[in-house]
Amino acid sequence: MLNFLTRRLGVMALTMICLTFVVFYLVNLEPNLRKLAISQTEMHASDEHIESWLTKNGYRRPFLERYAAWIGVWQKQPNIDPESGKPVSRFSYCDEPAVPVFAGVIEGDFGCSTKFKTKVADKMLPALRATGLLMFWVMATMVPVALFLGILSGMREGSKLDRVLSVLSIVTTSTPEYVSGVVLTIIFGTWLGWLNGSAASATGDGITFYNFTLPVITPAIYGMGYIARMTRASMAEVMTAQYIRTARLKGLSFYAVIIKHALRNALIAPFTVIMLLFPWLLTGVVIVEVMFRYQGFGLALVEAAGNNDIDLMLACSLVSVVLVLATQLISDVGYAYLNPRIRVQ
Amino acid sequence: MVEPILEISNLSISFFTRAVEIPAVMDFSCKIMPGESMGLVGESGCGKSTVALAILRDLARIGRITDGTIKFNGRDMATLSDEELMRVRGSEIAMVYQEPMASLNPTMKIEQQLTEVLFIHEKVSKQEAYDRALEMMKAVRLPDPERMMRSYPHQLSGGQQQRIVIAMALLANPKLLILDEPTTALDVTVEAGIVELVKDLGNRFGTSMLFISHNLGLILETCDRVTVMYSGEAVESGPIHEVFGAVRHPYTQGLFRSMPLLGKNRNSSPLVPIPGQLPLPHERPQGCNFGPRCSYFTDGVCNRADIAMLPAGTPSHQSRCLRIEAIDWDAAAKGGAANVPTAIGENLLDVHSLKKHYQVAASELFGGREARTVKAVEDVSFTAREAETVAIVGESGCGKSTLAKVLLGLETATGGTALFDATEIQSDPIDKRSTKLISSVQMIFQNPFDTLNPSYSVGSQIVRTLERFGIGSSTEERESMMLELLDLVKLPRAFATRMPRQLSGGQKQRIGVARAFAGRPRMIIADEPMSALDVSVQAAITELLTNLQRQSRTTMLLISHDLSLVRYLSDRVIVMYLGHIVEQGTTDQIFQPPYHPYTEALLAAIPLADTTAKKRKVVLEGEIPSAMSPPPGCPFQTRCHLKAKVAGGLCESVVPPMRVLTDGHAIKCHLPSEVLDAMTPVIS
Repeated sequence: MLNFLTRRLGVMALTMICLTFVVFYLVNLEPNLRKLAISQTEMHASDEHIESWLTKNGYRRPFLERYAAWIGVWQKQPNIDPESGKPVSRFSYCDEPAVPVFAGVIEGDFGCSTKFKTKVADKMLPALRATGLLMFWVMATMVPVALFLGILSGMREGSKLDRVLSVLSIVTTSTPEYVSGVVLTIIFGTWLGWLNGSAASATGDGITFYNFTLPVITPAIYGMGYIARMTRASMAEVMTAQYIRTARLKGLSFYAVIIKHALRNALIAPFTVIMLLFPWLLTGVVIVEVMFRYQGFGLALVEAAGNNDIDLMLACSLVSVVLVLATQLISDVGYAYLNPRIRVQ
Repeated sequence: MVEPILEISNLSISFFTRAVEIPAVMDFSCKIMPGESMGLVGESGCGKSTVALAILRDLARIGRITDGTIKFNGRDMATLSDEELMRVRGSEIAMVYQEPMASLNPTMKIEQQLTEVLFIHEKVSKQEAYDRALEMMKAVRLPDPERMMRSYPHQLSGGQQQRIVIAMALLANPKLLILDEPTTALDVTVEAGIVELVKDLGNRFGTSMLFISHNLGLILETCDRVTVMYSGEAVESGPIHEVFGAVRHPYTQGLFRSMPLLGKNRNSSPLVPIPGQLPLPHERPQGCNFGPRCSYFTDGVCNRADIAMLPAGTPSHQSRCLRIEAIDWDAAAKGGAANVPTAIGENLLDVHSLKKHYQVAASELFGGREARTVKAVEDVSFTAREAETVAIVGESGCGKSTLAKVLLGLETATGGTALFDATEIQSDPIDKRSTKLISSVQMIFQNPFDTLNPSYSVGSQIVRTLERFGIGSSTEERESMMLELLDLVKLPRAFATRMPRQLSGGQKQRIGVARAFAGRPRMIIADEPMSALDVSVQAAITELLTNLQRQSRTTMLLISHDLSLVRYLSDRVIVMYLGHIVEQGTTDQIFQPPYHPYTEALLAAIPLADTTAKKRKVVLEGEIPSAMSPPPGCPFQTRCHLKAKVAGGLCESVVPPMRVLTDGHAIKCHLPSEVLDAMTPVIS
């Protein structure tokens, strides 16, 4: 087990290095850098002006050195102002060290956000906390309900209940969030007035049922149908298995068969699906957060991409990569836990 | 007067689909007395499992009892409430299933699955439940029961799993035990062990049994009375020795004639297959269901009206045949004319000290031990000549399929040589082999259901084979060759356009044979070609193979665990155990003493369907060791019942050399000649 974990963590680190390298390369393409220089100097800067700004702020150092410095395995050199000969920060709103230091991702320094005019870490942490809260509530409503519905419809395949639930889950999964979000807002926000169509107040005043319900149920409804379909298929298959007949002919009642014998076997397949939903949710919240003006990771990502905020984009992609790899690891370990055929030799 | 435990009278069961009602069982009656065991025999689709499930009221949702009653212990099962039914299930009637692996919950430990039965039906403490479960584990003779209680099903072998299922069934002391093909998925020696156990437990606990099987031999060994089913009806029933000794229904007779009983062989007494096919449930003929396939059929008698069970000879023996009196039951079968044995040609295949070892990486997840070696084939030498049939027998895991894979080029050998027509082929993988070589060495597979591509017509699949082998110059020519191949395997030419799903198992296997023979092979490897087929179909395929081989002078390597079939079909036999050839010789030499102890056990494990034959008992103890850690010395020493007769613990330390006993007969055994000479025949 320990062996397996170390090996998997090693593979994860390698994957992360490869992926971040690609992302780092792409966000540091010449046009992006020029755009940055233009926005940081003045609108009609000359080519020389741009070039000197880029050189002064270290963007013209060798690519690999800059990547290594971003990771934090290479020392970051201070930017020296050619006129005064003194070290200066790239941007006025972030302090940068005046001596060469290790200051990269590993050290916890993610750089400086040009859009929010603050350190990336100061922006990212609250945003992630906010999105984490949103994701938690989405999962907390979506997973139990979806599993329950899936089991309910799968335990008697072809029954009326099964048909009704199946239609329901097909309808919800085939409605994208930007449609269901709008529809739900119109019904519950505009017409009935029960819920708030904006979650902007959630950031400052804390979440309430009134301002947080719509952002939670919009993605939850979509994912719910999906997981319910998966669970139903898995449950229906388990119910035809011979060991279910064995259990029935032992004299167990229908519900005892479901709870003692079917459930655990039926949950093995949906478990991996649920784990795959975490990365989906992280990007899925982009739409929801923008739609409901909720200050989270999704909104930060959109702003970063829209404003050429290089350091923030890098940080966002790093978070996504970590989440994808971490959930996959959990998924594999959890799968083995649920399925003794994998675990025990 | 003793009341019967189970009394089924005039039971009819139908399945209702949206369009039609499909009758599955019609007018079925039987009685099981306390302590008695009743056998239910028939081919697949005859309704025997439906009867079993109907007794427990566990038919599929579309199935319904349309007529008749099932009385258990004097009570009509149909009148039981759901709670009463749950009480009966598991505690009074218990069931053992065909596939033990599938019938155990993969995510629950054995202990939970066993004790659950007691918790459902009796108020017992945890400790008591555990103790009783352990007791029962010992009763079904499982080694190391404490450890097994803590295991998951997949950690046990098939035989052990089936013992667990039997233990589970017997835990609550049921009055009736239903066994539905309990040994079909198991090896012969394991099967023999399970049969012994079931008989023993039946005597010990006085449980009545309903034993369902397609194997007449097993029924004879285990049951007091038998009911033969055909197409949803009981066609013959009575005390086992009366039915098997004096058959009174043409179907039962047909079954016996299509079985390769020991003593028959392909030249002197060919099998007589039952012509035609089982009618589909909604296309059953008027009158006798067996009429269209029966050689005694009389128009105007057999096809007039439904036929009832009639007494046949003794009052307890009944048959559903109107012409019991008119038929001469002792007359020899027609059409079974003897054949002239084919002359055996020159050496075609020469295998010398062939080895195949696999490196298995340790478990990917959890563990991470270093890689280990599986010695699948270890030192195998034999020859096969033109037009000869060489059978390779042994239990699963003995290396017989690996050997076939090496010869076919699906694997390459680790050591040794295999000369095919004087060319070395052991290290050529299939993609490096010439088309000529590939078409000369072909295979007939075990399972005809999985080996045809479901989305192409069977004709186009044969044409494709011809095309790959570069036979025929144009599509038209290949088309006509394909039609000839269909003639060859005795299928109507119209079948060329059919899809595999439209064919029965036997017909699919014929297509498999046609495909294998398409490239005019010089050697055919047939891997358990009959084991997925019904008895009457087996006979037809066996005859087909025999005739094709006779015409084309093809060499055949027959891989099988069915020794009756091996005796019937082959000229020479190779017995394998754990990657070694332990005995080889002509068929007569193998089936006569002196035997290798393993061969002796294999022979003793054959379920004989012959009431006159006597069999010596040799039941193997223990399990076949893992090929990853074979025992030191003789590979068979861990299970050998004659080991004590070899002095000085030789068996544990030295691999015995291959000893030639008589011309062509060799065994790998340390037993001294006196012991070998003193051996008596297993079957007499």
